[in-house]
Amino acid sequence: MAVAENPDNAASAGIVSVPATDLPWWDISRIPAAYWVVGVILVILPAFSSNFVLFQIFGWSLILGMIALSLMFLAGYGGMVSLVQMTVAGVAAYMMAIFGTSAIDTISVGWSWWITIPIAIIIAMIFGTVSGALAVRTEGIYTIMITLAIAAAFFYFARQNYVLFNGFSGFNQVLPPHVFGVDWRAPVPFYYLTLFWAALAYLAVLYVSRSPFGLALQGIRDNPRRMAALGFNVTAHRVAAYTFASFIAAVGGILLVWLNGQISPGAVSVGPAIDILVIAVVGGIRHPVGPFIGAIIYVILRTFALDILVSLGLAGERFQLLIGIGFLAIVFWSSDGVLGLWERWRQRAGRRDPLTGEAAGSSGEGG
Amino acid sequence: MLTRFFERHPFWSVIILLAVAILLWLIFAVWPDGLEDVIGKKKIFLNALFNGVTLGALYFFVASGFTLIFGLMRNVNLAHGSLYMLGGYIGYEVADATGWWLLSFVAAFIVVGLLGIVLQYVVFRRMEGEDLKQTLVTIGISIVLADIMLWIWGGDFYQILAPKWLSGPVTLPLVTAVKSSGDAVFLKYPIVRLVILIAAIVVGILMWLALNRTRVGMLVRAGVDDRDMLSATGVRIQRVFILVFAFGAGMAGVAGVVGGTFQSIAPGEDTRFLLASLVVVIVGGMGSIPGAALGALIIGMAEQFGSVYFPTYAVVLTFLIMVLVLAFRPQGLISSRR
Repeated sequence: MAVAENPDNAASAGIVSVPATDLPWWDISRIPAAYWVVGVILVILPAFSSNFVLFQIFGWSLILGMIALSLMFLAGYGGMVSLVQMTVAGVAAYMMAIFGTSAIDTISVGWSWWITIPIAIIIAMIFGTVSGALAVRTEGIYTIMITLAIAAAFFYFARQNYVLFNGFSGFNQVLPPHVFGVDWRAPVPFYYLTLFWAALAYLAVLYVSRSPFGLALQGIRDNPRRMAALGFNVTAHRVAAYTFASFIAAVGGILLVWLNGQISPGAVSVGPAIDILVIAVVGGIRHPVGPFIGAIIYVILRTFALDILVSLGLAGERFQLLIGIGFLAIVFWSSDGVLGLWERWRQRAGRRDPLTGEAAGSSGEGG
Repeated sequence: MLTRFFERHPFWSVIILLAVAILLWLIFAVWPDGLEDVIGKKKIFLNALFNGVTLGALYFFVASGFTLIFGLMRNVNLAHGSLYMLGGYIGYEVADATGWWLLSFVAAFIVVGLLGIVLQYVVFRRMEGEDLKQTLVTIGISIVLADIMLWIWGGDFYQILAPKWLSGPVTLPLVTAVKSSGDAVFLKYPIVRLVILIAAIVVGILMWLALNRTRVGMLVRAGVDDRDMLSATGVRIQRVFILVFAFGAGMAGVAGVVGGTFQSIAPGEDTRFLLASLVVVIVGGMGSIPGAALGALIIGMAEQFGSVYFPTYAVVLTFLIMVLVLAFRPQGLISSRR
C-alpha cells in the first residue's frame, strides 16, 4: 500500500512513508510520529486557545483547506487544475440555504438538517461532475480556462437570479442545527466538527491516492495515451475524480456556510475561486497536507495583514498586494509551494551535514 | 474556400444563407405590424444588433492579442485583463492631460506593449512549456497589478471622452418605423461606436494581411505550426516571441482605451474582460484570428440580444453557447490546429 506513494511526496511533507510490512492495518505503530504530534496538538488545541483562534483561524483554515484539498486531489493526482471547486462548495452552501432554513423564508424550504445535507451534497456533486465532464473534454491549460468560465457563469447566474438564489444579497442566517443538545455553532463544537471532517477528507484523499483508482488516475496524469492503451477508460476516471473531489468540496461548502452564517454571490465569484488555487499552490499540490498549510498561511495573512501593514506605517488596504507578491514569490521560485521549499531546504541541510551525509536529506525524523 | 465549404456542407450552407437573408431582411425592410407585436419594436432590435456588433468589435480588440499570444507561444496570459485595464487608465490620463483622443491609443499601445515585452522577457521566457506555472504566475501578476491600479486610480469610474467630431449620434439610412403621416423614422446611432467598429474591421484585415502577406507574419505562422522546427532553421524565435507578445499586449492596451470610451474603466473590469476573451477564444478557436473575430461577434451579439430579450439570463446565454461549442466542437468553431 504505502509503497505506491511517490517517495518525493512523502519526503516533501516531512512524513516518511512506512514501507509495507507484515503489520496489520490497525497497528498504530504504522502511523508516523508527525501525525501523532500534529493530531494531538489539534485535538487539545481548545484547551489553551481563545474562541477567536478556534473559530476564525482554525475553523476557517480547515474549511478552506478542505476545498483546496479537493483541488489538490484533481491537480496533484489527476493533473487537472480545476477552478470550479469553490463553486461546487458554493452550490452546496446555496442548497443548504434553499432547502434548509435562512432569514429569507420566502425561498428557504425549511427542511431539517438530516435531509438538507444529503440533498446539498448530492446536488453539488452532480454540478461538480457535470462541470468535470465538460472540462475533461479538454486538457491542460484549457481545463483552467473552462473551469474558470464555469465558475464565472455560476457567479453571474446566482447574482442575477432572484427566484432561487436571491440575487445580489444571497441568504443570511444559515446556521448549523442543534443536534444531541449541542449548539454546533459554538466555537469548540464547531472546531471539532470541522476538524473531524477535515481529517476524514485528508485521510480519504490519502487512501484514494493509494487505491487502484487513485493509482490509475496518477497513471492517466502521467501518460493518458498509455493508460488508454492498457484498457483504462481515461475519461471515466477523470470524471470520477471530479465526483470524488466534489464531495470534499461540498462538505467544505456546507461547513463554510455555517461558519459565515450566510452565502452570497461574492463568495463564489472569480476572486475566491482563484484564492482556492492560491491556497493549494502556496501549500503545495503534491501531498494532501499542502492545502491545509496553504490555508493556514492564507487565513493568518488575511486576518493579520491589515494590522501588520498598519504597524509598518503602510495603508491597510494593500493586503491584497502583500498576498499577491507573496504568491508570486512562491510560485516563481518553487512551483511546489511551501512543501517544495521545505523539501529543498531539507536536502540542502542534509548535504551540508557532515555526520549523516546524503542520507539526512531523504530520511527524516518521522521514521 | 467558400465553394469548398458549400460542397462539403450543403445543408449548413443553406441554413447559414437563410439566416443571413432573414437577418438582412430584418435590418432593411420596414417591419409589418404583426412582427412588432411578437418581438418588439424594430428600433430595439436594430439597437441590440448594432450594440452587439460594436461590443463584438471591442471583444475582438481584447481577444485578438490573447489568441495571438496563445497561438504562437502557448502562453496563457491570465494577466491579459489587467493589461486591458492598464491601457484604459493610461488612455484616460493621456486624453485628460493632452486632450487628444487619438494620442491616448498610441500611448496605451506603447506603454502596455512595453510591459508586454518585460513580461515576456522576465517571466515567460523562463517558463516555456510550463502551463501551470505560467497560469499561476500570471494570476499572481494580475492580483498585484489590480491592487496597484486600485492604489493609483482608486475605485472610481473613469470614462474617456471622445473628441467633439465623434460625439453625438449619426443618422443611418435604416428605417426603424413609419409614422402615421408617412414619414420614415431613421435610426440614430452614436458615431463613435461606428468608428470603432470600422477600426476593428480595419485592424482585423491589417492583422490578417500582416500574418499572411509579410515575412514576419510568415515566421509567426510557421511558429504556430512548429516552433521547434522554426528555431532549428535559424530563426531567432525569441525575437518573434517578444514582437508578438508586445503586439498582443499593445492590442490589449488599445482595447482598454476603446472600452474606456465605450463604457468605463473601473476595478473589476480586468476580470470581466479576461473572462470575455476566454469565452471568445474558446468559442472561436484558440490561436486563430478569424476565430477571435467570429467568437467576438457571436458573444457580443449574444450578450446584447440576451440583455434585451431575456435580461435576467443574458450571461447564461453566453455560457450556454460556450457549453454547446465545447460539447460539439471542443477545438472551437475556427480552429488553427488540426
